[in-house]
Amino acid sequence: MNDMRELTYLEAIRESMSEEMRRDEDVFIMGEDIGVYGGAFGLTNGMIEEFGPERVRNTPISEAAISGCAVGAAMTGMRPILEIQFSDFVMIAMDNIVNQAAKMRYMFGGKTSVPVVVRLPGGSGAGFAAQHSQSLEAWMAHVPGLKVVQPSNAYDAKGLMKAAIRDNNPVLFYEHKLLYNTKGEVPAEDYEIPLGQADIKREGSHITIVATAIMVNRALEAAEILAKEGIEVEVIDPRTLVPLDTETILNSVKKTSRVLVVYEAVKRGGYGAEIASMIAESDVFDYLDAPIRRLGGLATPIPYNPTLEKAAVPQVDDIVVECRKLMNK
Amino acid sequence: MTNLLKETSHTSEQLKTMLYDMMVIRSFEEMVEKLFQQGKIHGTMHLCIGQEATAVGACVPLTIEDKITSNHRGHGHSIAKGTKVKGMMAELLGKETGYCKGKGGSMHIADLDVGNLGANGIVAAGLPLGVGAALTSKMKKLGYVVVCFFGDGASNEGAFHEALNLAAVWDLPVVFFCENNLYGMSASIKEMTRVENIADRGAAYGIPGVIVDGNDVLAVAEATQKAVERARTGEGPTLIEAHTYRWRGHSRSDARKYRTREEEKEWRKMRDPIALFKEQLLKAGVLTGDEFSDMEQQVANEMDEAVEFAENSKEPDLETLMKDIFA
Repeated sequence: MNDMRELTYLEAIRESMSEEMRRDEDVFIMGEDIGVYGGAFGLTNGMIEEFGPERVRNTPISEAAISGCAVGAAMTGMRPILEIQFSDFVMIAMDNIVNQAAKMRYMFGGKTSVPVVVRLPGGSGAGFAAQHSQSLEAWMAHVPGLKVVQPSNAYDAKGLMKAAIRDNNPVLFYEHKLLYNTKGEVPAEDYEIPLGQADIKREGSHITIVATAIMVNRALEAAEILAKEGIEVEVIDPRTLVPLDTETILNSVKKTSRVLVVYEAVKRGGYGAEIASMIAESDVFDYLDAPIRRLGGLATPIPYNPTLEKAAVPQVDDIVVECRKLMNK
Repeated sequence: MTNLLKETSHTSEQLKTMLYDMMVIRSFEEMVEKLFQQGKIHGTMHLCIGQEATAVGACVPLTIEDKITSNHRGHGHSIAKGTKVKGMMAELLGKETGYCKGKGGSMHIADLDVGNLGANGIVAAGLPLGVGAALTSKMKKLGYVVVCFFGDGASNEGAFHEALNLAAVWDLPVVFFCENNLYGMSASIKEMTRVENIADRGAAYGIPGVIVDGNDVLAVAEATQKAVERARTGEGPTLIEAHTYRWRGHSRSDARKYRTREEEKEWRKMRDPIALFKEQLLKAGVLTGDEFSDMEQQVANEMDEAVEFAENSKEPDLETLMKDIFA
């Protein structure tokens, strides 16, 4: 990686999409207010100027139609990227994702493929309240036929977006709103991070934390604090929920014998429950020195008040406390 | 019945093919119904007997490059677009030689090679998908047109309204083809919609709305031809409302309490699309009685072959259960 620059997570996603659109004319982006406005978060700023309105397609506010349109275009030879303005609005597009895109290939006996990327800005912490702040990625991960991606930093975001666009299946690409302006080293060159490859974000020997999206960043902060107390935390970022790199997770747990799963979504029924079950069912269970712990969001809609909003989902201190408990400290 | 036969530019062969295709659809469905009663087909099915003219008429102006999206009552659309009855029958029997290798069944038959983008179990879902296929045609300059088949009930789904609007603002090459058979499952369209005609809804999206006798195959073909030409020349979508009637119930469990036997009888006796077209062709001398008998025999043979093929085909291997989930 010779040509490194600092880019934000948002810029990395934009760069990845733009490079793919330059490389492959079948790739295009569609969504609400993504034209001259640049999208609700400014992610597509400048794209319409480069690619024009045919390939940066501003759509009516019609999630049911634009999602179906993206799926229909994907079935017939295009590689659309669909921006859903806030991940919460995907509920209005659910039929096309769950009943159509996910099942089309299977129902038709393998005779079609649906290479569509659905971009979903999710997560809380920005003061947008209950209908603009959810983390419902577990719903998607539950559905056979969908791939689910959750990058936690700029470098991963660029490489995972490349893989998502080049994948021949429907990929749900969850972007965390609070990460958009976080900076990281991103190579200018083309690189792809394969879907289904977890990353060890920090090595440690006492506890494995498996964290997703912004919780990776919070886990890394917690690890710094814990290191000063002599607790060495290993932080694993699955990066993709489907497919899930079980091997990297299990190898880490085998090494540390203690595991904490951290996710922002409501703890009950969240994807962390799947990760915990996967570990519990594996041979690695015998290596565990303590019960598997989970730290997730409370079973409440995301509230507006900033103090309440923070309290609804795991924060750095919560992770620190959980890790101390795991070490009986 | 219109005088369209005099004015039509279709050759005798084309006219006879239209009749033949309608006969194939009816025969296929009668056979499927029989096999279902014999317990050879499981699940459910939605028969389009009585609606054959809409499927065949709407596909007359289409080339193999043009595409259709269909709905739960989709056997007729598939056959009219060129999907073969052998593979369809095998699919309904759940066999590996079926169009979907036995994994889709009646509600998911698709045949992409002839532009059949698939039946659909979700009401109105085929409309946005068809709009997407039309977007591909426009962006890649492929020149094909997409016909989206749906029923009157689907016109109350949000997807219908959003799809019409989207196709309209982007001038996409789509024909929205509504088969108004008066009932969405049990609900009369009169009770569920305040506008008099579904075609009137086209005005809300700035596109033409056309009403046609759905049991007159030539009238359907002519109306669709105009809409297809409009779409192909970049002028955008058209909404067609074709009046028709399904002779059977919604699906296998329907006691048809929501309509009268008199109403059914009237449509069957007076407005049978196949009988009407056959009479028209006989009268005009395009078809002879002997030719018609031959056609009936040919259809029967085709169906027997399809059943034999399906029954002799293998069940899918258990190992295919987890195949084709991802590309």
